[in-house]
Amino acid sequence: MKENMTIISNRQIATGIYELTLAGSLVQRMHTPGQFVHVKVGDREPLLRRPLSLCDINHEAGECTIIYRAEGAGTTLLSQKLPGDTVDVLGPLGNGFSVSALSSGQRALLVGGGIGVPPLYELAKQLVNKGVFVTIVLGFQTKDVVFYEERFASFGGTYVATVDGSYGMKGFVTDVIQHHALSFHVLYACGPKPMLRALANEFPHQDVYLSLEERMGCGVGACFACVCRVPHSETAYKKVCSDGPVFRAGEVVL
Amino acid sequence: MNRLAVELPGLSLKNPIMPASGCFGFGREYAKFYDLSVLGAMMIKATTLDARFGNPTPRVAETPSGMLNAIGLQNPGVDYVLAEELPWLAQYDVPIIANIAGSTVEEYVEVAKRISKAPNVHALELNISCPNVKKGGIAFGTVPEIAAELTRAVKEESAVPVYVKLSPNVTNIVAMAKAVEQAGADGLTMINTLVGMRIDVKTAKPILANGTGGLSGPAIKPIAIRMIYEVSQAVSLPIIGMGGIQSAEDVIEFFYAGASAVAIGTANFIDPYVCPHIIHDLPPLLDELGIQHISECTGRSWNNGQTVYCGT
Repeated sequence: MKENMTIISNRQIATGIYELTLAGSLVQRMHTPGQFVHVKVGDREPLLRRPLSLCDINHEAGECTIIYRAEGAGTTLLSQKLPGDTVDVLGPLGNGFSVSALSSGQRALLVGGGIGVPPLYELAKQLVNKGVFVTIVLGFQTKDVVFYEERFASFGGTYVATVDGSYGMKGFVTDVIQHHALSFHVLYACGPKPMLRALANEFPHQDVYLSLEERMGCGVGACFACVCRVPHSETAYKKVCSDGPVFRAGEVVL
Repeated sequence: MNRLAVELPGLSLKNPIMPASGCFGFGREYAKFYDLSVLGAMMIKATTLDARFGNPTPRVAETPSGMLNAIGLQNPGVDYVLAEELPWLAQYDVPIIANIAGSTVEEYVEVAKRISKAPNVHALELNISCPNVKKGGIAFGTVPEIAAELTRAVKEESAVPVYVKLSPNVTNIVAMAKAVEQAGADGLTMINTLVGMRIDVKTAKPILANGTGGLSGPAIKPIAIRMIYEVSQAVSLPIIGMGGIQSAEDVIEFFYAGASAVAIGTANFIDPYVCPHIIHDLPPLLDELGIQHISECTGRSWNNGQTVYCGT
């Protein structure tokens, strides 16, 4: 469950956005899109691990890819690591997207916002392998931080929106969905909470899976840092790290 | 001879290493990583009379060499712990120290009465020092007379020895230790977290939804060492030490300060295997230091090599 994985590449693919490819035996344990790894970046500081979702799993090469935004101390330090360096990886952790929710010939809509986009890549790959038709909607703040558009386009129709209108359609992912009247059997989404909330409200009677992000401590369910509420209960809860990060819409309070 | 075995009131420990309360849940998560029977003991998550949800998120924030948490005593309530968690833990050969919390003396006493009757609960840890709950907690942990009164009340009803978990958020921790010793405490655990805060530079608001949180991790280790050093010389109770322990060397340092066993908290989050690793690393370290039995280390920083507390 824990291994010093070797960095194969670590490169900037958009402003502040890095693509990290790691090699190690842990890859053979990675199967489900939407799962994450808990990465210890430095030997001492920063103290805590960083939860980063899996973007691509390649069993043949024994490699996995993670996309992260160099934002705080930990991810900035990670962005400075070089091929050949190692990082301490715990995982895979959490419950990912259910690919079995769909069968061949059905339609999936994948909606990602910002740094929530990466886990949808492995999901798209697995759904297409199954014969599911995928449509992808990606939302970003601005043109400079757009990534993976072409790679997603190889799986199905791909739409991009930016909040400032500098690339693709101006607006939010929900605007794109409405504009193109995109329909689906199952919707999968990962991104900021307001986006997830908007999607859950937009499609209250459909099959919607949402991947949540929350500050984590242990990443394995022991510390109760990343809990969220369950509707209609004062004490019931779900842990984002070990019950999620993927939940069915309505399962937890957003 | 098991050179790591330690005898404390209510506790025959095969080694002096145990996960600290609140950092290990009820063991289920870490049981996926290793056999919990290797542990000397286990301090389970603070249990209150009724289920509590705890505080809103964010509940954690990282700090230099440490972390702040404000979980707010989230737990499923004593009846659930008795019905589900403790029976599940009984499959492991590990004595349980049940951390109990409450808002009133009556609540503490009721939880103590019920949970101390579980066959695998060998001791209670009286949580008088949680900094993250609005009601109760703080006064119990900062006013010697109130701490003493609570200790006395719980002692009367508990079927097992009672250890009191001391707060570092006081001006005179020795006074607190003496007060609970006189009230009949069987041992001390120390230290709980220190109250701290972080503020988001972008929003100018505290990062934790609760505002303040408890600081833990290596950042607080020197404070724990100093407090155990002082308290262990002032009382004759055994001390289970905690506060930023990450390695076998840290364990020895706590023993030298005056601890008779130790608990590992935040380090579990960084390395889920930290407890078994430390247990594994201790015997060679004792060899290196020329020490036969770990209990010889207790209080060595001030007692000139006399063994101060060793029940074996």
